[in-house]
Amino acid sequence: MELLCPAGNLASLKAAFNAGADAVYLGLKDDTNARSFAGLNFSPAQIKKASELARQQNRKVFLTLNTFAKPGHESRWQQAIDLAADLNLDAVICADISLLDYANTRYPGLPLHLSVQASATNLQALNFYKTQFNIERAVLPRVLSIKQVRDLAKVSPVDLEVFAFGSLCIMAEGRCQLSSYVTGESPNTGGSCSPAKHVRWHDEGSDKLTRLNEVLIDRSSQQEQLGYPVVCKGRYQTDSQMKADYMLESPTSLNTMSLIPQLAKAGIRSLKIEGRQRSPAYVTQVTQVWRQAIDSYMQSPELFEQQLASQTHWHSALDKVSEGQVTTLGAYERQWQ
Amino acid sequence: MKLSLGPLTYCWDKTTVEDYYQNIAHTNIDTVYLGEVVCNRRRELKLADYLDIANQLVDSGKNVVLSTMTLIESSSELTELKRIIDNGRFAIEANDMSAVHMAHQANVPFVCGPSLNLYNRASIDIMQKLGMTRFVMPYELSKKWLSQVLSHAPASFEVEVLGHGYMPLAHSARCFTAKHHNKPKLECDIICKQHPKGLLTQTQESQALLRINGIQTQSAAKVNLINEMPDMQKMGVDFWRLSPTGLSDIALIEQLSNSSQRLSHDAEDDCNGYWFSQAGMALVEPQNV
Repeated sequence: MELLCPAGNLASLKAAFNAGADAVYLGLKDDTNARSFAGLNFSPAQIKKASELARQQNRKVFLTLNTFAKPGHESRWQQAIDLAADLNLDAVICADISLLDYANTRYPGLPLHLSVQASATNLQALNFYKTQFNIERAVLPRVLSIKQVRDLAKVSPVDLEVFAFGSLCIMAEGRCQLSSYVTGESPNTGGSCSPAKHVRWHDEGSDKLTRLNEVLIDRSSQQEQLGYPVVCKGRYQTDSQMKADYMLESPTSLNTMSLIPQLAKAGIRSLKIEGRQRSPAYVTQVTQVWRQAIDSYMQSPELFEQQLASQTHWHSALDKVSEGQVTTLGAYERQWQ
Repeated sequence: MKLSLGPLTYCWDKTTVEDYYQNIAHTNIDTVYLGEVVCNRRRELKLADYLDIANQLVDSGKNVVLSTMTLIESSSELTELKRIIDNGRFAIEANDMSAVHMAHQANVPFVCGPSLNLYNRASIDIMQKLGMTRFVMPYELSKKWLSQVLSHAPASFEVEVLGHGYMPLAHSARCFTAKHHNKPKLECDIICKQHPKGLLTQTQESQALLRINGIQTQSAAKVNLINEMPDMQKMGVDFWRLSPTGLSDIALIEQLSNSSQRLSHDAEDDCNGYWFSQAGMALVEPQNV
């Protein structure tokens, strides 16, 4: 099982490799990926450097191209694919069918991973992308239960990658317009979810107010841990219930460490750590713990549960870097749904 | 430009649904989309019931398209999807790539629904080669986007845009209506039947924001592009879609097909931001555009 880690810059990439990542995913410094933040991501020259570093250490680099090409600006996305082919990168992670078609037609040797933003959640959707664009792997959206993941893995025509740890998207990825409904910008349209320029925190009396494009997302006490202000993790009220509540989800992160045995037995090819926007320190911390956990399972699967119980520092290390310092199994667990 | 009625997104009881479509049969609407698109636990109407309604609508001179599910997570849902595709009479609306794949294989013409990620002309053209006859624009895209896409080359497919109704904004594995009523999803008692227009959710400043509809989250505000109809027609939009909200739709359809008068917006309940390349919830007055 591959451990796939985020790299927002070269420092994070080195941190990931040093801590034991098998592969990293990264994006260009423009709107061809959904973490288009100032100071983050790679220039073409930096990607070349990244790919050299990876090759020296026998690791892999995947280029994230997970937004949809804008009419009139398609060449920016196509050039990113040309670059990945030129540099012989290990894969392009892509959701837009016009780009999958472009890559598959021009560079049949360039491995294609179907981005989670394509929202392929079932066998026939996977068959579609395999038949039309010869994808090698698909990243599964965070909407399937562990049983559904297992069932799909048994029949999938392509390798499967799942999210193992990090921020929790609770909606079928690639089909969520909550961010653009409030701000006008969304991951699909070349921005990101809840772009920072629309976020405003301010105090009112003893409360802290969180606004997204001036819409009140949450009101919390000064002591409460604040999550990143996304629409799906705000506190709202209804006519019959004036006490505000987390109607959709509370600030929490995904942590599937306890599922490692089931994911391995299902034949899942890759475990993905979320967080290209996070620091190199986060990448080191999370990669180290997951490396140990995966290795521990591979060495003695029968002892893994015991290990999981005794290695309390694994949990405390991950909790520390989790949103709201709380983690969940999310949709993998039926009860959550 | 013709009027179309999108699929019902809410869970109404069988009598209400049948009554609604009987009324629709007497309007001037051209095309009606039928079928469950949100949750496979809603079984008030089965495929056979929808086919009965479809046949009645055809008898009244309507065109019918069978809509399919948006979020498909299991093989049993794919089996149900196959039954709809193999209905033998009607085209389908594909709301997931699985439906595109299966309709293509079965040589059944399909409409690409608004939840498919088609964000540029090259992607739409790929769909057309596979059997798409009509393209419904994703909700978050704009007039500017559409004119760019259509100016690129003559379109050999029809174009449809949501003109009136609440917008589905997201789908999840979690049922938020069941969560709100403290029920597990698998023992939900189809509690969403209690909310025929979804459960309206407001910010802590009482600003309407979302409409909880089972696993779907909708906009609290209603898209209203009535004043844009002349422009849309000029641009080459073939179908102006209404999304079902209740029996008041009948009067609205009559009004739309009988007059071209400008209607004022309801500032409390309407939005049109996406069409004008702004936040979806915004209400832009034409003089400010």
